[in-house]
Amino acid sequence: MTVNVTRRQFFKLGAAGAATSSMAMMGFAPESAEASVRRFKLTHTKETRNNCTYCSVGCGVLIYSLGSGGENAHQEVMHIEGDPDHPVSRGSLCPKGSGLLDFVRSDGRLEYPQVREPGSSEWTRVTWDDALNRIARYIKDDRDANFVQRNAQGQTVNHWTTTGFLAASGSSNEAGYITHKVVRNLGMVAFDNQARV
Amino acid sequence: MVNSQNIVARSATTLPAPHVRDDVVEVAKLIDVSRCIGCKACQVACMEWNDLRDDVGECHGVYDNPMDLSAESWTVMRFNEVDVDAVHDNAEGDKELAWLIRKDGCMHCAEPGCLEACPAPGAIVKYANGIVDFDSNNCIGCGYCITGCPFDIPRISEKDSKSYKCTLCSDRVAVGLEPACVKACPTNCIEFGSKKDMLARAEKRVNDLQQRGYAHPGVYDPQGVGGTHVMYVLSHADQPGLYSGLPKDPRISPMVSAWKGVTKPIMSAILGITAFAGFFHFITKGPKEEPTDEEVFGDDEDHNSGDRDDGQDDGRHQHSHEEDRS
Repeated sequence: MTVNVTRRQFFKLGAAGAATSSMAMMGFAPESAEASVRRFKLTHTKETRNNCTYCSVGCGVLIYSLGSGGENAHQEVMHIEGDPDHPVSRGSLCPKGSGLLDFVRSDGRLEYPQVREPGSSEWTRVTWDDALNRIARYIKDDRDANFVQRNAQGQTVNHWTTTGFLAASGSSNEAGYITHKVVRNLGMVAFDNQARV
Repeated sequence: MVNSQNIVARSATTLPAPHVRDDVVEVAKLIDVSRCIGCKACQVACMEWNDLRDDVGECHGVYDNPMDLSAESWTVMRFNEVDVDAVHDNAEGDKELAWLIRKDGCMHCAEPGCLEACPAPGAIVKYANGIVDFDSNNCIGCGYCITGCPFDIPRISEKDSKSYKCTLCSDRVAVGLEPACVKACPTNCIEFGSKKDMLARAEKRVNDLQQRGYAHPGVYDPQGVGGTHVMYVLSHADQPGLYSGLPKDPRISPMVSAWKGVTKPIMSAILGITAFAGFFHFITKGPKEEPTDEEVFGDDEDHNSGDRDDGQDDGRHQHSHEEDRS
């Protein structure tokens, strides 16, 4: 099918098109019916409960990460806020806790175990297996050498005083109980935790 | 909470907004200044939720950090050390030090001056629940919202020349959550709920402050802007200026109403009349026709003598140039 357009008609159509698009530019376009101008950013993120890492108050936090948790989706923490169901903080957080996201993403954050050998000034990266085996080896050797079964009076004491243990602050009751059991079972006496802000 | 078609006002838009489904809960944030310890958890929570990271500033010798609102700091704590009348029953005229800390940010006025002043269609909207929000996609960066704001809140970004301010976390409130600052506050200084509940809560707090010896505690919900959806409980409500210059009776600047209320319709009318007059002239007189050279200059051969600098090169021009020089 052929449409015959004269030169004059062509110019008229072009002018009409330019005029209507200019009207739209000047704000005469029909408005889109929007309910809101912002979308909620946490819809379908994965929510994980945890404790704030900083002080011994141990406020509850909710960590939101991208991805459904499906095997092809690699999760990335994208928001952290207070846990309203946590008995200690009931959703509130201090400025440090409110800024946890930047702690997670910090360039200076320790992401893997490192060791500084005696006499060395360099930190070298080791695997978790290396680190845990090494710690276990030191603990075993020191305990074998210095464990005291009986004191001078011949009384049973079963203690080990040459190594100490410092636990973290932001632990749950259950984690604290397990830590206590492990440490005391070894006979360790010097045991403390960072129970203060 | 916010449903379809719940934008009840849009800047620079004459088409009336749908008003049928407006029976939604009017929300409010109550900031009990007497309980604030200035920890700035609200500032951090605000930046975290809204994906803002302001530049790290410098210490200015005071607790204020940053020193002022910016396009990337939508709320700041303002610290004031002021002399006030002694709270407890001391001799008349006794003064004592008060450390007043106010969380500054958008007040979400019922009659927002920013929206009134804004010339960009849809850059500022007001929801049925009372929240006033900026849609930066439509912002043209003119800064009229700053002029229009009685509280000096919006800030133009140096990065993209668009205006920004607190949204009262409209995205969170829309799905039934409280704003990020409210959730974070560890001293219950910031509370959130229906405006009715918040007013009742404020009344309780005012009574409590009265019993503790404050002479003029009160709720800051200024009626000059139709009431606000961010309210303060002030220990010294008779002098709101103590709290970093909180205005006593804020109103939209008369410049805005003069411009938008009187000048704009008159100028629009003049513009319309001019266009109509032009059209009428065209219809009655027809298009203007370009006169021919003969009509303008007649048959005079020397009519080009005024063009002495046009550098044309034909013989007639050469002739007249020589005449002029002699």
